[in-house]
Amino acid sequence: MGQITLQGVQKSFGPVHIIKGADLDIADGSFVVFVGPSGCGKTTLLRLIAGLEDVSGGKILIDGKNVVDTPPAKRGLSMVFQSYALYPHMSVRGNIGFGLKMAGLAKDEINRKVEAAAATLNLTPYLDRKPRELSGGQRQRVAIGRAIVREPKAFLFDEPLSNLDAALRVQMRIEVTRLQKQLGTTAIYVTHDQVEAMTMADKIVVLNGGKIEQYGSPLELYERPDNLFVAGFIGSPKMNLVTGDPAKQHGASTIGVRPEHLKIERDGAGGWQGTIAVAEHLGSDTFLYVDAGALGMLTARYIGELSLHAGDRVSLVPDPARIHRFDEAGNALRG
Amino acid sequence: MARIATTRRVVASTIGAWFFGFLIFFPILWMMLTSFKTELEAFAIPPSFLFFHWTTENYATVQERSDYFHHAMNSIIIAGGSTLIALLIAIPAAWSMAFSPTKRTKDILLWMLSTKMMPPVGVLVPIYLIYKSFGLLDSRIGLVFILCLGNLPIVIWMLFTYFKEIPRDILEAARMDGATIGRELVYVLTPMAIPGLASTMLLNLILAWNEAFWTLNLSTSNAAPLTTFIASYSSPEGLFWAKLSAASTMAIAPILVLGWFSQKQLVRGLTFGAVK
Repeated sequence: MGQITLQGVQKSFGPVHIIKGADLDIADGSFVVFVGPSGCGKTTLLRLIAGLEDVSGGKILIDGKNVVDTPPAKRGLSMVFQSYALYPHMSVRGNIGFGLKMAGLAKDEINRKVEAAAATLNLTPYLDRKPRELSGGQRQRVAIGRAIVREPKAFLFDEPLSNLDAALRVQMRIEVTRLQKQLGTTAIYVTHDQVEAMTMADKIVVLNGGKIEQYGSPLELYERPDNLFVAGFIGSPKMNLVTGDPAKQHGASTIGVRPEHLKIERDGAGGWQGTIAVAEHLGSDTFLYVDAGALGMLTARYIGELSLHAGDRVSLVPDPARIHRFDEAGNALRG
Repeated sequence: MARIATTRRVVASTIGAWFFGFLIFFPILWMMLTSFKTELEAFAIPPSFLFFHWTTENYATVQERSDYFHHAMNSIIIAGGSTLIALLIAIPAAWSMAFSPTKRTKDILLWMLSTKMMPPVGVLVPIYLIYKSFGLLDSRIGLVFILCLGNLPIVIWMLFTYFKEIPRDILEAARMDGATIGRELVYVLTPMAIPGLASTMLLNLILAWNEAFWTLNLSTSNAAPLTTFIASYSSPEGLFWAKLSAASTMAIAPILVLGWFSQKQLVRGLTFGAVK
């Protein structure tokens, strides 16, 4: 079991409020990603759950039991650090088995579990090496091995892939997701990379300035952002946000249209007129950055190749069903 | 693009390195050579480099005139004792400053180092008088005490920089893995700190071994270490170069051997945690 509930969790460092009251319900076995810009408090929130920081207020329930006064070791969670935090003087075997040794397990049982974990992560040939003799990806696996071998109630990942190169990151992303599904253990994963969030999560928590902006599945966040922040943060390239007359026509203060929901017309008279500033041809997609005068810069995405170039005039027609409306405070208007 | 190490460049830099190495080592070599000359040859102009009458009589005379082993034992006790006590005080001090620093930690460190900026001679008279009143003059305890205090700031600084290098993440990982403070200390912290402790200890041993100001001023015979032993050969009745060299060679031999076997740790100690 690994059901985690936060009730009004707060954290301040002196006069600075880092977490301003977080409420969250994480179901057993789900993969939840905390995402947000740097400094939004996502790592702090993870460390509060881990017990590496003390809460300033509120409750953290793990399987219904309040753990705010429980030391980290007794919470039954395991953590994968951004820096891997491997013990440099221990072999891979020693690193993975350390938690079990601390728990007082018998030697052969530790060995059996360590070897099973190593086999899952393709680390068997490296069991007797020291961390410094491993590549970044292998070190990452050892850190994950150390987390899974203890069969915790939940895994906590603190930006674990940010030190890897792009290709390895994609590969590890898939492996971590697959492993989590296979083990069925609750996972909380912190990242600032919204692509990681969208691809890995069952549910995403978008944090901004110490507040939870929205909690929902990746597609809910994409299709129904609660506010301007979530609208702008989720999705790549970013949603186009337009104010002024076009927004007023829809009875809103701001409207948002995703680049993929703008229809590109070469010489249409309707829609929003503009001149292409930059055209990016990726083969699979074409991205157009269009200078639309008073509306500002707009981004449009076309699936496939479109032979348009910088300087061409285009008109962009938003898909009426896909227009997001926001009020003056930035909250979504629905209905 | 990386520079290609041509054979010529390798040869040139090797010769250069050996040249400068030799230049730095030359005084020690010269001292060793002189210790095997007669007093007359030690003075000779032009000096003879290798082709002189080799003799060990200086060593015999030195051992006969003053008891080398007595002084060597004093040096070992004073250097070893002051290092041990300094470490016992410095480890917890550096530990707490590295792992739970306060607003004032930096100031305290700087203040400690500032005590090293004052020339020792400035406090010679008061220290001498205090030692006299307490009967600490020419006592091993007195020397252990003063050298320990003298080196303490450096020891704390060095240990502080080493402990600071130990990433917090690793300690937190150990806590997540269920280690109690005691087990964290035994299984994680101490093994990681050992290289730092070793190099600090070595450097401090060498500093204490070579310390001459306080040992010369506060000891005469009973507690006199090897520095006093060397100094006794530059006497008013004239310099005995060959015997002085023999005494110096004997005095530095133990520390030279120690240094030879612990070069790696020493280099790390001297770079003061600046290079990882």
